[in-house]
Amino acid sequence: MKEWINNLGIKALNFFVYIGGTFNLMVGTIFQVFVPPFRKKEWVIQMHKIGVMSFPIVFMVAFFTGMVLALQSAYQLTKMNAQMYISSLVALSMLRELGPVLTALVIAGRVGASITAELGTMKVSEQIDALRTLAANPVKYLVVPRFLALCIMLPLLTVYADFIGIIGGYMIGVYKLLIGSTIYWKMTFDTLAFKDLFTGLFKSFIFAVIICIVSCYEGFITEGGAEGVGKATTRSVVISFILIIAADCLFTALFYFIFP
Amino acid sequence: MMGNMMGVGLPSLMMEARLPSFKAMIEIINLSKSFTRLKVLDDLNLIINSGEVIVVIGRSGCGKSVLLKHIIGLIRPDIGQVIIDGNDMTRLEEHEIDKIRLSFGMLFQGAALFDSMTVGENVGFTLREHTNTSEEDIRKKVAGSLELVGLKGIEKLMPAELSGGMKKRVGLARAICNNPKIILYDEPTTGLDPIMADAINDLIIDLNNKLNVTSIVVTHDMVSAFKIADRIAMLYKGKIITIGTPDEIKNTKDPIVKQFITGAAKGPITDLE
Repeated sequence: MKEWINNLGIKALNFFVYIGGTFNLMVGTIFQVFVPPFRKKEWVIQMHKIGVMSFPIVFMVAFFTGMVLALQSAYQLTKMNAQMYISSLVALSMLRELGPVLTALVIAGRVGASITAELGTMKVSEQIDALRTLAANPVKYLVVPRFLALCIMLPLLTVYADFIGIIGGYMIGVYKLLIGSTIYWKMTFDTLAFKDLFTGLFKSFIFAVIICIVSCYEGFITEGGAEGVGKATTRSVVISFILIIAADCLFTALFYFIFP
Repeated sequence: MMGNMMGVGLPSLMMEARLPSFKAMIEIINLSKSFTRLKVLDDLNLIINSGEVIVVIGRSGCGKSVLLKHIIGLIRPDIGQVIIDGNDMTRLEEHEIDKIRLSFGMLFQGAALFDSMTVGENVGFTLREHTNTSEEDIRKKVAGSLELVGLKGIEKLMPAELSGGMKKRVGLARAICNNPKIILYDEPTTGLDPIMADAINDLIIDLNNKLNVTSIVVTHDMVSAFKIADRIAMLYKGKIITIGTPDEIKNTKDPIVKQFITGAAKGPITDLE
């Protein structure tokens, strides 16, 4: 019993250390964003790695999701003879929910894992210590370029995913369900309001912060060689996924009341 | 009081008198550090004089690297002080420590080269980051540092293309590129062939003589230790148990030190474990 309470205490303590550590890292990163020198070269490299190289996978995921959405809604809507609403449904679902969330999950898997693995390997091979001995701040040097790249590229990728998802829905709507192309586009854009795009992009910005801070923090606290790097990478993806879904729920509820 | 700080056992003031400089560069006072339940450093005291080569010997895992990391401020102690040139590293903020770190060079056990950069970028890192040196001058300095460690013309290679020994030498080139006042070496000769190991020994002595660098070397390589050291300190159970010139260490009567320097499998160290 005593050991059980002891273990519980250690777990609770570790939990608060984790929360404190990630919060600290976030504040430190935001502070360092405004402190010169600004490493534009590293920033561009990260934008390419994180954003440009993710275009193919985001394309696949968004395109198929758009198609599936159209097909699944057709299943119900054709019964009510309301196929023309498929386009609105696809567009709204993509912009408000699936575009931001699916893109964030894909990027957490592809980029978050690679950030943790890279920083984790640097940690276990003492490269992060070496950076510090050379008077370079690891947060400034490693986290800030990734943070800025994610905060810019994830919303951009989300807009791209929204568009590709709508194209996916269009393919099914127009070529399979035989809705007129003009009607499809009209129904798509008539239903959309600015707030749909805005709330989606705001969420994707929050997801970018989550992915960056969790994956960098996990990298920084990695210990125990190759095995440790593997464990940290898994933890980073799992925690990012959970936090993304939880934050999605929170902000969707918030926006529901702010922009009814 | 100074004598007490020097560690246990030997008449330390006498030893200091033989050294070329009397100024204490680094003072380590009552340093203690534990990791979870393991006490690695236990009330450790050591004074390192300006311009000397001090070699810290001790068994693997006894805390030698931890001691080095305390000196350069990578680890904060539980108790105690590390004073570098009058600045107490344990009380400074990270950005203040960074300024002091610019006068340091450190060679890591596994070299710790940045994988994403070429050898040239690794070696010239500090000059590019913290000085306004022109690109041309940086190139010259990098080439000079690489030549010193016997690796001329490999600036364009990536660390992954180098052997373990070459990585180590590039790590050393990086440590000396910005003319540091203090160089910390974590096992500089481990993993090198005997000829290269001796070349590194000569380099350490050379840097010391020509530039008056203070060097702290952590090693198990006793050949190297006896060759380069002005003084040798033995770390055992978290404390400096003895400190003296290479001759004094060779002729020591302390059975623990004797077992270590002769490399005997049986003796007081192994009996106590």
